[in-house]
Amino acid sequence: MENCIIKNENLSFVYDDEGTSVSAVSAVIPPALDDVTVSIKKGEYIAVLGHNGSGKSTFAKLLNMILKPINGRVYIDGKDITCEEFTEDEMFEVRSKVGMVFQNPDNQLVATVVEEDVAFGPENLGLPRAEIRKRVDEALDVVGMAEYANHAPHKLSGGQKQRVAIAGIIAMKPKVIIFDESTAMLDPLGRREVLEIMEKLNREDNITVINITHYMEEAARADRVLIINDGKLLLDGSPREIFSKVDFLHSIGLESPQGTELLFELSSLGYDVPTDAISEDECYDALKTLLGKGGKLA
Amino acid sequence: MISDITLGQFFPGNSPIHKLDPRTKLLLTVAFIVAVFLANSPLAFFSLFLAVLTLVLASQISFKVILKGIKPIIYVLIFTALINIFMTRGEGEPLISFYIIKIYKEGIIRAFFMAFRVILLIIGTSVLLTYTTSPISLTDGIESLLSPLKKIGVPVHVFAMMMTIALRFIPTLIEETEKIMNAQKSRGADFSSGSLIKRAKALIPLLIPLFVSSFKRADELAIAMECRCYRGDKNRTKLVKLSYKPKDFLWFAFGILFISLMIALRIIPQHISGSISEELFNFLFFKI
Repeated sequence: MENCIIKNENLSFVYDDEGTSVSAVSAVIPPALDDVTVSIKKGEYIAVLGHNGSGKSTFAKLLNMILKPINGRVYIDGKDITCEEFTEDEMFEVRSKVGMVFQNPDNQLVATVVEEDVAFGPENLGLPRAEIRKRVDEALDVVGMAEYANHAPHKLSGGQKQRVAIAGIIAMKPKVIIFDESTAMLDPLGRREVLEIMEKLNREDNITVINITHYMEEAARADRVLIINDGKLLLDGSPREIFSKVDFLHSIGLESPQGTELLFELSSLGYDVPTDAISEDECYDALKTLLGKGGKLA
Repeated sequence: MISDITLGQFFPGNSPIHKLDPRTKLLLTVAFIVAVFLANSPLAFFSLFLAVLTLVLASQISFKVILKGIKPIIYVLIFTALINIFMTRGEGEPLISFYIIKIYKEGIIRAFFMAFRVILLIIGTSVLLTYTTSPISLTDGIESLLSPLKKIGVPVHVFAMMMTIALRFIPTLIEETEKIMNAQKSRGADFSSGSLIKRAKALIPLLIPLFVSSFKRADELAIAMECRCYRGDKNRTKLVKLSYKPKDFLWFAFGILFISLMIALRIIPQHISGSISEELFNFLFFKI
């Protein structure tokens, strides 16, 4: 249990009309998050799926104390961040451990020069100047934006802006980075750039990555997928386990990756194909085998 | 189209002006503004013009950019110039007399200098500050210059942060305005014809979505800043520390010299400076 970076117990949250948290569970407003219990290990690569309004962003905001749960406990790195006597200093420590990258890159950048923006987080942590300099350079290197250090962010492409935003988080040296639909507003190229950085951080720096998304192809690349629907954690498992439950996903308005969907359709027509292929390559192989057999019905 | 507006935008670069300490630039700007309003003789204006020209050349900002910066105020300039031309009463015979409209030589001179003064003011301040100083270092400069006020409870850091963010979002909001305008135009909205009132009314469907999205942006930005541990100036350090360098003192010396010159030109008896001015003026604008 000690290698769990994040642990939630019976987490619940309700928005009131003004969008702030209310003190008690109300019967009128459905909870945004309802009794969610999940533990996340250090260095895991997790995808959280759910359609709009399912509570997945609320889930993320509870992990770095942007929102406070009305019920349940959150442990970050072994510390209970939901207890009463949590001080402000401790709160900022949690936020520096759990970084968050949002959807719209424009609305995350504070400064008008790339490197000054990346420095914003470390500056807030009160680090000495030399250390800030070092972290900024390293972070820009990791995301491949070092040559743009002195550029104005509004002249960059969406993908580049998002990479700068990620550098701003990396510079705080977090243990967990939550990507809250960070690829949703990007073009395919930008999306791939951001996804590659995400996976590189997970692989090389052992940072726990939580990717909240509605792209099934992205989720299929994670170690573990969580499905949240109407504030409830419905499924928790490997992408292969989750995406082979095509019928169930359909029933809650989600889909599997296109390849899996195709194989599922074929199999329901009676063809002999595996339905747990989640990557394009696996799907290709499955179809090749099928065609090699002459496409006979099983 | 709208994104052509350059007023208040930073052009990164490596010129001597870019490298100055923002506090130096702020103090020089204040001195410059005082100098602009001290100037009342052609000779003084001529020195101002030379000073601005030096600044522009030193900043390595292209003239095209600078001219673009003046464009938005051109109507204001024309309007004030016309008011000055028509409203100034001179001593001698009017140059043109048409019913109640009388135009005197003094009016034309005054209008000309008025316009000249405003143009120099805009160019000088934007070259010294906004074009060559990144808004963050500008705000750092203001914050540092005003920091004595913290002792009497003025929230200097908060103001500085507000300014940084405002400056940061100018280009973003301009982009957004353009997008909304195009969206409304594609649905038949007309922003460029009709009476003034009609045009003002046409702006409502532009302003409402712009305001709504700005509030949304503000909300998201606030959360993003909190996630990056922002907590005001409590326990906050800076990547770039401001420090005066020898060249800052050199520029201070220039500034002091220049403002002394302007004061001298102002208090030297009019008949001395006046006659030089008169000749210069006649030479510049009537002989050519």
